[in-house]
Amino acid sequence: MRVEQISVFLENKAGRLAEVTGILSDANVNIRALSVADTSDFGVLRLIVDDNAKAERVLKENGFSVGKTSVVAVEVEDKPGGLHRILSILTMAGINVEYMYSLVVQRNGHSVLVFRFDNIDGAVSLLKENGITVVDGSKVQSM
Amino acid sequence: MILDIGFETMPREDLEDIQVRRLQATVERAYYNVPFYRANFEKSGVKPDIIKSMDDLKRLPFTTKADLRDNYPFGMFAVPMDNVVRIHASSGTTGKPTVVGYTARDIKTWAELMARALSAGGAGRGDIIHNAYGYGLFTGGLGVHYGAEKLGASVIPVSGGNTKRQIVLMKDFGPTILTSTPSYALHLAEVAEEVGESFKNFKFKFGIFGAEPWSEKMRTELEEKLYLSAVDIYGLSEVMGPGVAMECHEAKKGLHIFEDHFIPEIINPETGEVLPYGETGELVFTSITKEAFPVIRYRTRDITSLNPEPCICGRTHVRMNKVSGRSDDMLIIRGVNVFPSQIESVLMGFEGVAPHYQLIVDRIDNLDVLSVLVEVGEKLFSDEVKILQDEAKKISKNIKDYLGVSAKVTLVESKSIARSEGKAVRVVDNRKI
Ligand SMILES: [Zn+2]
Repeated sequence: MRVEQISVFLENKAGRLAEVTGILSDANVNIRALSVADTSDFGVLRLIVDDNAKAERVLKENGFSVGKTSVVAVEVEDKPGGLHRILSILTMAGINVEYMYSLVVQRNGHSVLVFRFDNIDGAVSLLKENGITVVDGSKVQSM
Repeated sequence: MILDIGFETMPREDLEDIQVRRLQATVERAYYNVPFYRANFEKSGVKPDIIKSMDDLKRLPFTTKADLRDNYPFGMFAVPMDNVVRIHASSGTTGKPTVVGYTARDIKTWAELMARALSAGGAGRGDIIHNAYGYGLFTGGLGVHYGAEKLGASVIPVSGGNTKRQIVLMKDFGPTILTSTPSYALHLAEVAEEVGESFKNFKFKFGIFGAEPWSEKMRTELEEKLYLSAVDIYGLSEVMGPGVAMECHEAKKGLHIFEDHFIPEIINPETGEVLPYGETGELVFTSITKEAFPVIRYRTRDITSLNPEPCICGRTHVRMNKVSGRSDDMLIIRGVNVFPSQIESVLMGFEGVAPHYQLIVDRIDNLDVLSVLVEVGEKLFSDEVKILQDEAKKISKNIKDYLGVSAKVTLVESKSIARSEGKAVRVVDNRKI
């Protein structure tokens, strides 16, 4: 149920993000989702790609520090209150969302959001119990 | 004004007589009371009785900062602790400070020399001295303080920091002498401007600036911004503290070394060979009156030269030119000695940080600013910004706790720090002094 996300440390310098996307594109790696969390000095780029091993290898070859984290991809109904319902369920159960961002493409007419939880297993079973679709890692990568 | 006419204007031959006698006594006491000196002399195959004239000084072995560190904390003291009335300390390379002690007579001597220094710098009875050197383990604050009282001036023990309040005191109390580091003095001028005040309206006549090297260019800037005459003071805790040498306000051309208490030499830092007057090299001091903490041929690492020419002020003591650099990589940041290796040992405490770091020193708004660049390798990296920020804050806090200086820690990409021949360039000093 988990999706593997890779993350890259970036200095806040013009063109650094484009360098990463350039390296991935040259290696024929497709980006499914991307988010940047930044501060005045540095940023953390988070990526869901179709080929983690290759992405990690080419980024490291180019001197980037690469990390790997497990995240969860969740289908969100594309209507008012769709996201709110999910967050309410999690909040009531005391599960924290560290961060979230969305996939580039839709699935079955639904948006897909990527979540990082402090308690992944708890979150996954809770969402399933409430009839919310959690998307498999392999499916996310091949979307 | 020359406070101690007898000693400060003494003919050179007479001065030398006194120096030899005092040197003999000091060497003897150090040899018999400090195991380090005895061992060090034995290694060089010399005994105290080889000192017959000033020329024999160069036969004695050097003492280094590392020797002081090896004898931490009180191993270099030449008197029992019963006779030590004061302890000061400065930072050292491994985090262990260099500890120095003073007997009651040492404190009295220091006060007298500091009083001489303040007098040479234009201060006297009736002056109000705004003393913005830090009070504490650092010798600056208390050193100036005791000298000011000895001189009979009124001293305001304001210490460092709380700059806006200092401006108010300057305005209300009307001090006539400012004692501080030169960088803090310029900072004071800027803060004064920010709060709508100007040194033009204050009563300062002289500024006595030291604890960090400063240039003639900075003198011009200090004099223009602070509306006072700026003079240089030199000292280091290992030798005594402030008041080892002082620029006279009449000439403002080099600092008279109080040679009846300290013997200076200039050596080639590579070979240890003594260089003649006028040549530039490392400054070495031998104390000849100190009781608790005598130093014999102590290598200061400061680079300068000695000028024996007679001075217009009438003092006969030799002058040292302004310190132009350091013979090792020590940085002086806001008056605090910082060795890159100290920062390194702080970083070593964090998994995945060392050895990839770089220190950058800038002078921003006239204050020294230390930045530490830390490469984020796989081990340090997290996909959560907050964890990275917390890590940077923790490093910064440890540097502050350990070294007493504030540092901005900046996380940078791995392998982004410039390397020369495979080794990271450790220090980039952008200050123009
Ligand atoms: Zn003079």
